Amino acid sequence: MRLRCPICGERDVREFYYQGAAVMLERPAPDAGEAAWDDYLHLRENQPGDFEELWSHDAGCGAWLKVVRNTATHEVKSADLAAGGKG
Amino acid sequence: MADLIAKTPLDGMEVKTIGRVALVEVDLGVLTSIAPFAGQAKALGGAFKAAHGFAWPAPLRATGKAGARAIWFGKDTVMLAGPEPDAALNAYAAMTLQSDAWTSVTLTGADVKAVLARVVPVDVSAAHFKRGHSARTQIQHMNGSVTRIGADSFLLMVFRSMAGTLLHDLERAMESVASRG
Amino acid sequence: MRVAGKGLIDRNTSLSFRFDGSTYRGFAGDTLASALLANDVRMVGRSFKYHRPRGILTAGSEEPNALVTVGKGGATDPNVRATVQEVYEGLEARPQNAWPSLGFDLLSVNDLAAPFLGAGFYYKTFMWPRAFWEKVYEPAIRRAAGLGALGPVKDEDHYEKAYAFCDLLVIGAGPAGLMAALVAAKSGAQVILADEDSLMGGRLNAETLEVDGKPGSLWVAETIKALSAMENVRLMTRTTVTGAYDGGTFGALERVGHHVPDMPKGGVKETFWRIVVKRSVLAAGAIERHIAFQNNDRPGIMGAGAVRAYLNRWGVAPGKAVTVFANNDDAHRTALDMVDAGVHVAAVIDSRADAKALGDYRVIAGAMVSGSSGRKRLEAVSVQTGAGVENIMTDCLAVSGGWNPTVHMTCHMNGRPTWNADIASFVPTPGSIPGMEVAGACNGAFSTAACLSEGAAAAKASLKAMGMTIADVALPSAEDTPYAVSPLWAVPGKGRAWLDFQNDVSVKDVKQAAVENFTSVEHMKRYTTQGMATDQGKNSNVTALALLADATGRGIPETGTTTFRPPFSPVALAALGAGAQGAGFAPERKTTSHRASVGMGAPMIAVGLWYRPSYFPTAGETTWRQSCDREVGYVRKAVGVCDVSTLGKIDIQGPDAAKLLDFVYTNMFSTLKENRVRYGLMLREDGFVMDDGTTARLGPNHYVMTTTTAAAGQVMRHLEFVTQALHPEWDVRIMSVTEQWAQFAVAGPKARDLLNGLLDETLDVEAWPFMACGPVSVQGVQGRLFRISFSGEHAYELAVPSRYGDAMFRQLLAQAEAMDGGAYGMEALNVLRIEKGFITHSEIHGRISAQDIGMGRMLSQKKDFIGKTMAHRPGFLAEGREQLVGMKPVGAVKQLTAGAHIYSDGEEPVRAHDQGYVTSVAFSPTFGHYLGLGFVQNGLSRHGEVLNMVDHLRGIQTRVELCDPVFFDPEGGRTRG
Repeated sequence: MRLRCPICGERDVREFYYQGAAVMLERPAPDAGEAAWDDYLHLRENQPGDFEELWSHDAGCGAWLKVVRNTATHEVKSADLAAGGKG
Repeated sequence: MADLIAKTPLDGMEVKTIGRVALVEVDLGVLTSIAPFAGQAKALGGAFKAAHGFAWPAPLRATGKAGARAIWFGKDTVMLAGPEPDAALNAYAAMTLQSDAWTSVTLTGADVKAVLARVVPVDVSAAHFKRGHSARTQIQHMNGSVTRIGADSFLLMVFRSMAGTLLHDLERAMESVASRG
Repeated sequence: MRVAGKGLIDRNTSLSFRFDGSTYRGFAGDTLASALLANDVRMVGRSFKYHRPRGILTAGSEEPNALVTVGKGGATDPNVRATVQEVYEGLEARPQNAWPSLGFDLLSVNDLAAPFLGAGFYYKTFMWPRAFWEKVYEPAIRRAAGLGALGPVKDEDHYEKAYAFCDLLVIGAGPAGLMAALVAAKSGAQVILADEDSLMGGRLNAETLEVDGKPGSLWVAETIKALSAMENVRLMTRTTVTGAYDGGTFGALERVGHHVPDMPKGGVKETFWRIVVKRSVLAAGAIERHIAFQNNDRPGIMGAGAVRAYLNRWGVAPGKAVTVFANNDDAHRTALDMVDAGVHVAAVIDSRADAKALGDYRVIAGAMVSGSSGRKRLEAVSVQTGAGVENIMTDCLAVSGGWNPTVHMTCHMNGRPTWNADIASFVPTPGSIPGMEVAGACNGAFSTAACLSEGAAAAKASLKAMGMTIADVALPSAEDTPYAVSPLWAVPGKGRAWLDFQNDVSVKDVKQAAVENFTSVEHMKRYTTQGMATDQGKNSNVTALALLADATGRGIPETGTTTFRPPFSPVALAALGAGAQGAGFAPERKTTSHRASVGMGAPMIAVGLWYRPSYFPTAGETTWRQSCDREVGYVRKAVGVCDVSTLGKIDIQGPDAAKLLDFVYTNMFSTLKENRVRYGLMLREDGFVMDDGTTARLGPNHYVMTTTTAAAGQVMRHLEFVTQALHPEWDVRIMSVTEQWAQFAVAGPKARDLLNGLLDETLDVEAWPFMACGPVSVQGVQGRLFRISFSGEHAYELAVPSRYGDAMFRQLLAQAEAMDGGAYGMEALNVLRIEKGFITHSEIHGRISAQDIGMGRMLSQKKDFIGKTMAHRPGFLAEGREQLVGMKPVGAVKQLTAGAHIYSDGEEPVRAHDQGYVTSVAFSPTFGHYLGLGFVQNGLSRHGEVLNMVDHLRGIQTRVELCDPVFFDPEGGRTRG
């Protein structure tokens, strides 16, 4: 599998570290309550199809990426900097 | 008391020539990683050019020449190799001394691309990776930096502690390519 | 038998080789199979299950029978296909599945027991009696199991991996592949053309067909010459593309050294390529299928295409009297070529009633071969005609049931092939692999003209998709004979008719599977073993599923195929594991004191990727404990020196540096004064402890963080995540400086004295209290000094640029030794920290909270930080949490062991009564007994209680008293003094 890093271009998946669901970007407020934190940390839909996830280009530029990938076909729809922007 | 004696990562290794490729440990001089503070990238580029006389590199590029290079080194980071960084740059960027943190070697010769094809997972052919192009990528199992510095010459950098592994992996690749004649 | 004037071999280069103990001669260009046939060797092995005599069936990588073992010792290669192995001077090959010899084999009795060994016999037979499994069945199965055997010693051959990139990968260099490569290359694309054969050309080298008015093999040679002269083309012979993967990545295995008599220095046996492409063309050709009939596996019964390949490519006639059995026109070419070459053709038996001779040979139309005879080689076949049974004397039967397109690669990403009734076989479903075009015989286009035009069209489609201009390349003229086939899977009749030769699966087995309701093709495969092992049923799968379709009353499309997975043909684990063995397994990170440590005889232990000294033995010491105890004594009584460079060091700069630290640590760092150090605790967002360490403030906006060796990478990635993804608005930059600094702990009552003998300026006692830090000068070199302690003693860590690390370590050591101290290693470091109750990742193992380790007070109430919300979750505060305690032995048994569990007095030591566990132990020379750290339910409030430590694995039971984890100097006077 290959990912197109918005900074480095297309690279083999071995250069990247996989984190998990991109929901980790939406950190609740400290007082958001148990349900919000439980949701944020533990609950995932796990449906086949397009999935927003986080990858780190560990062996490359070090950028954290938000990737949209079809988990059934491995097709990568997009890969952007987690922070937004083009880097 | 005797002064502290400095050692290079490969301890002054002799030039290794195997087949049509030569491996040389190089001393790049002072290494400083420069990471612009928020919103300062453009100003830093100008100040850098004014102070050092060559351009601030874009991502995936290296500027300057032997003795004074600026190598893109990752997201929002450039490694200045050679001169002490101009003090004026402190206003724009985080500056971190890295002179002792990296093993630097050049790999040069007619078969250099075949050797790199065995350790580097990016396309270093002339069509895609020209002189002045640079990549942060893997060198076998190590995270490193690869820069093309000539038609048949590349600069490779990995962490200092991995010098022995770099030497091992490059020698294996060089021997394999040489064995094919 | 060689045929004069035929073949593409070099008859001027004669080579000597050995097979099954005999010496033979072949020519350059021969495969082991062609050379054996030329020497009239028919039986080359025995089958896996019934040990039936078997000969060469095919002329390609699909060969199921002719598996041999090549080489000796560690370099032994089992399961080498004789049809792929090139002959070289001195080649040594041995047959497999035969003991004591190929001619007389004991396990051939299995063949007599065949009625009991049919489909599913494993499942039925070995069920009872239960006690027989370990003593009888398993040893017997293990002796018989396995295809070939590896050498008994380490394989010293080299294998390697490599990367390649191109615009267009063309897989297969037959007429379709060559044409595709030519069109793409002339259009300026970067092309890789890969073919598994040593000679490109595919069937054009095996046939007598013409292209562009000249012999096909000549057109091939000219085309290869033209391609090899182009800089944008890379020709890869002996390279099997083994798999299609996501994102345009292909795996390919290049056989580099298997045909080389003397391996040059540094040479490799195989290279496993990862080829990354924009587009690909699959031109993998087709594989001829067999027809099942009674005893259709006798040596001398071969594929019709293979028989004429041996004649045309290698100048070998596989028999003196050749008979053909077929259901299609294509097989008649075998008869035509044999007649042309002067080889006697006994007959062509064609199952089609309307079959006609296409040349000067006898055709028996509407007839079928119903059996064969001969011992260890074919002598005659019996032919069922409308008039009865006719016996034909023949030593070579060329069989063709038609051709199956090589669709395998198109199924590697979950694609399923489509049934095409016109050719009675499966063809690729378009779009199965993104970016792949399929051309030629693998697409069901069997004439040479169709292959050439499909190859050109596939290249054009690929070029168009890449937005490239298409060059004008003329299509050469070639035959365009229609492919006429009438399905025939198995000849009706009694006796065993074989499908899968490698696994000895018969027609009856498939029918039996259907009867027992294993009607899914995937179930049938597992029940009968049809299509397993090295050939993965390339010769037999389609026939088997056609018979299953028949047995279940379904159509073939409804029955479907099993799943074709990578690799297309077998890949040695040595190739897949290349670059990851021995010194290449993982980077070896070595500190600047490595050489000095090794010079002192220190055993180096792996700590992650780093290597650190375990202990430094001196003369007279016979156990590690003696060295360790002495080194602990250095630190407690004088001064010890230890390399701590492996701890992660992260430079943090910027106006928001303090904000970042306050967010990632549970405690405050914005309040830390310059030139001071603070201990920090880091949580994961779910509230569990991630790491701990000290962070020093070097300037208003400049900190340097220390992480544990184990978590250095994880913490760096975590900080990047926080700064890039959670708070990109913060103006802070982080940079690893682990490798820049060689850092040494100098610990013990004489630590300050030692440093004062080395530093350019004497340490001012007032300016350097515990947890101070600052720049220092060592012989003119700018370093950093931190007054921190992991031993509980008065201690410092001195950092100098790594280039001076080796010299600095040696000087520190000389000074320490002059003060009755010396170097200490990991064992002593561990004892020292356990004596002080300091935690490592043995304790912070991912399941503990700050409260569990008695650090609840470090959870700041004044700010938000990573993990704060979850750190207060009810579960963390619940009654019965396992909390950090110290342990010391109080009974007759004095030993503590890490991993042991804790139970209450009088309770049986079983899981239900588990009270906790031991994480770290050390024999403390300071106290004269073992100390332990561990977690016990409500441990913080149970100090003084005596419990049982039970190590079930080592069989140790020790009475332990729970206590405060800080055993040594709990007031900390020594650290601060």
